[in-house]
Amino acid sequence: MGKARDALLKPIFDNNPIALQVLGICSALAVTTKLETTFTMCLAVTFVTTFSNFSVSLIRNFIPSSIRMIVQMTIIASLVIIVDEFLKAFAYDTSKSLSVFVGLIITNCIIMGRAEAFAMTNSPGISALDGFGNGLGYSVILLFVGTMRELFGSGKLFGQEIFRLTTDGGWYPANGLMLLSPSAFILIGLFIWGLRTWKKEQVEEER
Amino acid sequence: MRKDSTARTLIVAACMCVVCSVIVCTASVFLKPIQDVQREADKKRNVLMAAGVDQWQGKQLGQLSPDEVIKAFDDEIESRWLHVETGEFVDEKDVPPECLDEVKAAKSPDEKLSTKLAEDSARIGRRAHYRQVYLKKTDGRIERLILPIHGKGLWSTLYGFIALDGDMTGTITIKSLAFYQHGETPGLGGEVDNPRWKVLWVDKKAFDESARGTDKEWVPVIEVIKGAVAQDDPRRDYKVNGLSGATLTANGVRDLVKFWLGQEGYGPLLRELKRGGDHG
Repeated sequence: MGKARDALLKPIFDNNPIALQVLGICSALAVTTKLETTFTMCLAVTFVTTFSNFSVSLIRNFIPSSIRMIVQMTIIASLVIIVDEFLKAFAYDTSKSLSVFVGLIITNCIIMGRAEAFAMTNSPGISALDGFGNGLGYSVILLFVGTMRELFGSGKLFGQEIFRLTTDGGWYPANGLMLLSPSAFILIGLFIWGLRTWKKEQVEEER
Repeated sequence: MRKDSTARTLIVAACMCVVCSVIVCTASVFLKPIQDVQREADKKRNVLMAAGVDQWQGKQLGQLSPDEVIKAFDDEIESRWLHVETGEFVDEKDVPPECLDEVKAAKSPDEKLSTKLAEDSARIGRRAHYRQVYLKKTDGRIERLILPIHGKGLWSTLYGFIALDGDMTGTITIKSLAFYQHGETPGLGGEVDNPRWKVLWVDKKAFDESARGTDKEWVPVIEVIKGAVAQDDPRRDYKVNGLSGATLTANGVRDLVKFWLGQEGYGPLLRELKRGGDHG
């Protein structure tokens, strides 16, 4: 039981794929200007990590080691295409604003990393939990960054007005920097700083 | 057989490919009809917006399901194919089949499908010979004319619709301008989507009234200026406030509007309509 709990919960704060392993940064910059797209992206990535870990683990004993990366890649790519097709059918507007970034989930290092590091050596059930947990860890950071960027960049959350902007006759002058990619770097940096102040063991030793 | 033998590797690879492709194909085939409806509804919703139809059967446009949007479109809007160069409407069956896909036709280097633009202020390279335009009619009279437009902004090509007042006895007035797809910077160039900016285009005049009868009659004069248009400016009907921090996007919008209303764009159609040609 303890192992399952660890697989699910450790990646959220103790071994966060973005904050500790610093993987999957690219999409964290690209899709976080609005919470709605951020949220969809989180669901998509969580779905893909869970099922790619599960499928890879299921056939791990049959995969010849010489082509194991390609096999993992094929599984991940198929899952991503399925997600993309579903989004185009049922969440057309969001899929339009996510555009190419759904397809780019394939290259998200978190997914490949978990398949290679965890699913290849563990049973399907616990691998799926690990994938799901890593998806959640990714989502925590993305939602944090997305909330900050949409709130301070355009005064909204999920498209609902929170701060009335000066351009609409309100009091809040929108912070344009928040809408540009570098702001996500700053926010992720602040998050990591906060996390490592709270959990000192994550601080890397100076050499 | 050893796990890492060549034969085994090939078998595993082949099986993987078959299984994955079956799954992917199934998803794609079964979802395609739903995706097509979504894509069609998205475009039609934008035409309806440009036509000023904001509700249908008591429901707000934004709340209609894709199927309802398509029904509302069929109720309210008439689509016509236009031969851009002559400004004449043609029946769909007279449009060469390879021209029915406007996007493809505009990209094709074939002069039969599209023409290379000598004066290319919208920076689009080529223009298709045939375009689909939309009419909103009331009692058989054209109330609004909705024309698809596109052109380069700062980073991206903007795609949208411009709607003109169907009453062309006086001067030609713009009724709406909206883009449904672009990749401009949110908060800067992306402000082309801001309703407060879009409303500035309403009732602006595209062509100079005082030039009527001269050779300048059909030269679009609409300008996007820096800052705000002064209330007492005698030419305020021809000017729109710029977007602060997004001069290049705003210039792009100005250029593409001028292009599409000009002689390389829909100019011939506008002349025809104004002359009162047979466009019932």
